[in-house]
Amino acid sequence: MQSPVPVGEKRKLTMKETLKIMSRLWKYLYRFKWYGLLAIVLSITSNLLSLVGPLLSGRAIDAIGTRPGAVDFGKVFYYCILMVIFYILSSVLSYILSILMIRISQKVIFQMRSDVLNKLLDLPVRFFDSHQPGEIISRISYDIDTVNASLSNDLLQIFTSLFTVVGSLVMMLYISPALVLVFAVTVPVSILLTKYMTGKVRPLFRKRSAKLGELSGFTEEIISGQKTIKVYNQEKTVIRKFDEKNREAVDSYYKADYYGSMIGPSINLINNLSLALVSMFGALLYLFGRLTLGNLSSFVLYSRKFSGPINEAANILSELQSSFAAAERVFRLIDEEPEPRDKEDAEALENVRGEVRMEDVHFGYTPEKPVIQDLNIKAQEGKLVAIVGPTGAGKTTIINLLMRFYDPDSGTISIDGKNIMDVTRESLWLSYSMVLQDTWLFHGTIYDNIAYGKKGVSKEDVIAAAKAARIHNYIMQLPDGYDTVLSDDGINISHGQKQLLTIARAMLLDSKMLILDEATSNVDTRTEQQIQKAMRELMRGRTCFVIAHRLSTIRNADTILVIKDGRIAEQGSHRELIRLGGVYAEMYNSQFS
Amino acid sequence: MKMIFSYLRPYVPRMILGLSIKFTGTIMDLLIPWVLSYTIDDIVPLGDVKLIFVWGGVMFLCAVTAFVTNVTANRMASKVARDATEVIRHDLFEKISYMSCRQVDEFTIPSLESRLTNDTYHIHRMIGMMQRLGVRAPILLLGGIIVTLALEPVLSLTLILMLPFITLLVYLISKKGIPLFTESQRSVDKLVRTVRENIAGIRVIKALSKTAYEKERFGKVNSEVVKNESRAGITMALTNPAMNLLLNLGLTLVIITGAYRINAGLTKSGEIIAFLTYFTIILNAMLSITRMFVMYSKGSASADRIREVLEAPDDLVAESVSHTNDEYHITFENVTFSYHKSKSSAVCFDNGRDEKKNTLEDISFALRKGETLGIIGATGSGKSTIARLLLRLYDPDEGVIRISGNDLRSIPQDELHTKFGVVFQNDILFADTIASNISFGREISQEQIEKAAACAQAREFIDQLPLRYEHMLATKSSNLSGGQKQRLLIARALAADPEILILDDSSSALDYKTDSLLRKALAEDFGNTTTIIIAQRISSIMHADRILILEDGKMLGYGTHTQLLETCEVYREIYELQMGGDSIA
Repeated sequence: MQSPVPVGEKRKLTMKETLKIMSRLWKYLYRFKWYGLLAIVLSITSNLLSLVGPLLSGRAIDAIGTRPGAVDFGKVFYYCILMVIFYILSSVLSYILSILMIRISQKVIFQMRSDVLNKLLDLPVRFFDSHQPGEIISRISYDIDTVNASLSNDLLQIFTSLFTVVGSLVMMLYISPALVLVFAVTVPVSILLTKYMTGKVRPLFRKRSAKLGELSGFTEEIISGQKTIKVYNQEKTVIRKFDEKNREAVDSYYKADYYGSMIGPSINLINNLSLALVSMFGALLYLFGRLTLGNLSSFVLYSRKFSGPINEAANILSELQSSFAAAERVFRLIDEEPEPRDKEDAEALENVRGEVRMEDVHFGYTPEKPVIQDLNIKAQEGKLVAIVGPTGAGKTTIINLLMRFYDPDSGTISIDGKNIMDVTRESLWLSYSMVLQDTWLFHGTIYDNIAYGKKGVSKEDVIAAAKAARIHNYIMQLPDGYDTVLSDDGINISHGQKQLLTIARAMLLDSKMLILDEATSNVDTRTEQQIQKAMRELMRGRTCFVIAHRLSTIRNADTILVIKDGRIAEQGSHRELIRLGGVYAEMYNSQFS
Repeated sequence: MKMIFSYLRPYVPRMILGLSIKFTGTIMDLLIPWVLSYTIDDIVPLGDVKLIFVWGGVMFLCAVTAFVTNVTANRMASKVARDATEVIRHDLFEKISYMSCRQVDEFTIPSLESRLTNDTYHIHRMIGMMQRLGVRAPILLLGGIIVTLALEPVLSLTLILMLPFITLLVYLISKKGIPLFTESQRSVDKLVRTVRENIAGIRVIKALSKTAYEKERFGKVNSEVVKNESRAGITMALTNPAMNLLLNLGLTLVIITGAYRINAGLTKSGEIIAFLTYFTIILNAMLSITRMFVMYSKGSASADRIREVLEAPDDLVAESVSHTNDEYHITFENVTFSYHKSKSSAVCFDNGRDEKKNTLEDISFALRKGETLGIIGATGSGKSTIARLLLRLYDPDEGVIRISGNDLRSIPQDELHTKFGVVFQNDILFADTIASNISFGREISQEQIEKAAACAQAREFIDQLPLRYEHMLATKSSNLSGGQKQRLLIARALAADPEILILDDSSSALDYKTDSLLRKALAEDFGNTTTIIIAQRISSIMHADRILILEDGKMLGYGTHTQLLETCEVYREIYELQMGGDSIA
């Protein structure tokens, strides 16, 4: 049943896949195209404005000149005031731009997250049985976050970088085409270097987070097993194991750092080199009267602007790569096959009497491993069918089939003679109530948890159900009573009480069929006896399917099905089966031996 | 933070060397613009092309030296960070391993886990960054200011004028922004929790046709996340444009002031150009210092959390206390215990109505060697607590527990624990082979392993596995059924031939037949082992030499099966219910 998909495959995307992902991302962005257009306009304007700055400061320096007493103050002030205006405009615009980009990316992310979340609830149970929750969650949090960061930062940065690079280049060409030649040397060097570095560093960073993940997985396992480790005196062994993991974690951190910490100084080196080259050649050009001093100053400022994004380009590209990979994982979840639609002519089950039949049902979670073979069950209206058998015999699978969480490979299941494939799922589900061994309560008040299954119940109904499930008194002892919020860290509520709450929840429903899958396995015998009356009330007039370990609890079932290896080994009432002296009798008697 | 520094002490020589190297590199960085200005102002007017190349060469040399020294120093810093973190993490883990269960309960498991991983990770980053930026940023800032002051004091003062504004700006934004980030983190946590809930309850949600409702719930949480993230993002996005604006305004001021100075013949224009370069250096240093500030505050929060654990007092030390001689192997004398010694805030099932109610009250029993005690009682009646006290995972508040007449508190922990084989309720197996899960780090021969597995009724399914005892278990042993897991756990408990065996609800997933085979095997092969069986099923314990019935932490009955059937009404009730009565589910 479990075939966990490996988390975070590390394969590289092909060009075609990348294009496909880009076009899907584009579709999300396209919905906000007017915002987007505005963002582009703003980013161009803001960049142009900031490009004007160095030009103006160069002019101002020229206006100052080199000789004392020759300063043209009028001109200097003129340029300086212009500078102030441009800088203010540029800053305001870039802030507005940031806000706009955050808004756009949040809208896109909201949409994407809604798509994933809504999809999740439409997926068949099979999906959840075969995927680790952690993996699904990492797509919703980590992967979508990666896409988000990329949309709000990288995209904008690419735009601005593009304009900065092109703009600075134009300005530098305008000032001195000859001096631009310096970059013909430094730019390729820096591109090659960053490309080399990121290629080297990226897998190291990936390894670093993987190792840290391993370490935290290990500590989770160990600390939750602390009592066990203590009583077996295994502290030293686990410390040794921990040291290994720890060593790996800090080592991979160091290795990533070893190369990672080169990036900063490398960029610095190239910047310094181009500064040296620019000043050398600039000085020469000035000597030969081809360049004014102010122009040289502007050129230096532009050259800094120019080399910045070039150095960053490799980084941004690799970030984009990882965000494409993240987007792909998100899209794959959105593309998961949903629960097949109900048939066109599916009718809703109405006025259910509660006669359930399974005929020649075959089923396996995987084709090669059949779990249920040739199963025939007939449950008449209002009867109690008990299913017993060893663990792994397929008892819970029968429930999965009855509820249509899975469809049988062959054979039919019907309610009141109607094939359940021909009715709407919703009406099928609503005609059952379920109490499962894995109690499920959500973060919310006790009241909401009990009232969860039914619309528009009154407070009285909820209290009556809680009383019937013998949990009312406990609830009233809590400081907030029915408004107590159930959470992981707050109220410590026992397994047994959780189960009583889910029983109360089932009591509120008025369905014709009832499924109890080990429903009282966590309730102790005395409490179980106390809720016996309530349970009987719950079962009255309903067709019940009961799976139980304690054989004593199913003695008075109308039919007991003994399942072994996916088939019905024996079938009959308690007395008949004991008389038969087969598997059931052996199981029953062994509890007294 | 003091604690972190004490861990760094052994690395002081290495750090000093690294920092000196870094210092050299930083000076080189500072020299470059100075050379630039010198070239333009003093060399260029000479018109000597050769000299220009010489000074260009000097700049080149400075750049390369800066690169080499910075890289070397960074690497040394990373090494120090790695080694120090390794030791801190080791000590922390060791401390946690030897911590008492009460302490673990108080810290809570998730909190310890995040201290071991997240907090140490922050410390690691901080130690590395502080060494890298800790020298560089202040030197660049101070050096930049000093050089500019030397170059042109008046212009520098114009520049320094902007610094308080920038500081104020950063302070204000982070003060407003950081709580917003915390808030948005909280809403992300909520989103994750909602998704987790939905995944866990997918069957119930579908069965109750609540998908539409859940979608609506998702929508709400989703909007909340978006709202909070936007707010935090928009606040923080102010930093860059505002900082740039302040800086550029400063730059304009420098030019205006420079104009006056040049006009008065006090400054040369090359100096203004150099000045603009220093300006960028100073700005970057400012940015680094703010980043360091954020990192330091994060790091010191983490350091505090680590220190809390490291400085927790050693609990459960062996004490020399009384010894009595009697024929009993295990005795409980009027033992009373409560998990919540001091804290009364949490409402627990254990203490129900009265918050100070004890988990166990006045428990007394005595077992001879080889006898079996069965404990039965409702969920939360304190059954497992008896086992925990016997293992000295907690000390009783009142009363004495003895093994072979020795007070439990006088037996050293490692000696005490070798006496036991234990299966806890919901015990864990590790992601390792079956054999090493059974031997579990103890020196146990393959023969013993197989014998234990046979006795625990695990042999049958192990033999069906292709690799048998070398079969790897998945994390949380998700590739085993509940019954298989319990059988392996029992095998682990039996493998070292323990003096005392404790089975806490460890056969609940076994069918009756296996359960009875197990009991038979235990009686045959482990007749000398004193056994305590905790169960809800009466059939698991009714053959025990003594049976203890617990309700709300109090003894409701104690004796043999026959005695109890006669004297204890509750016991009779349970017996009838489970063995013959008419119940339903």
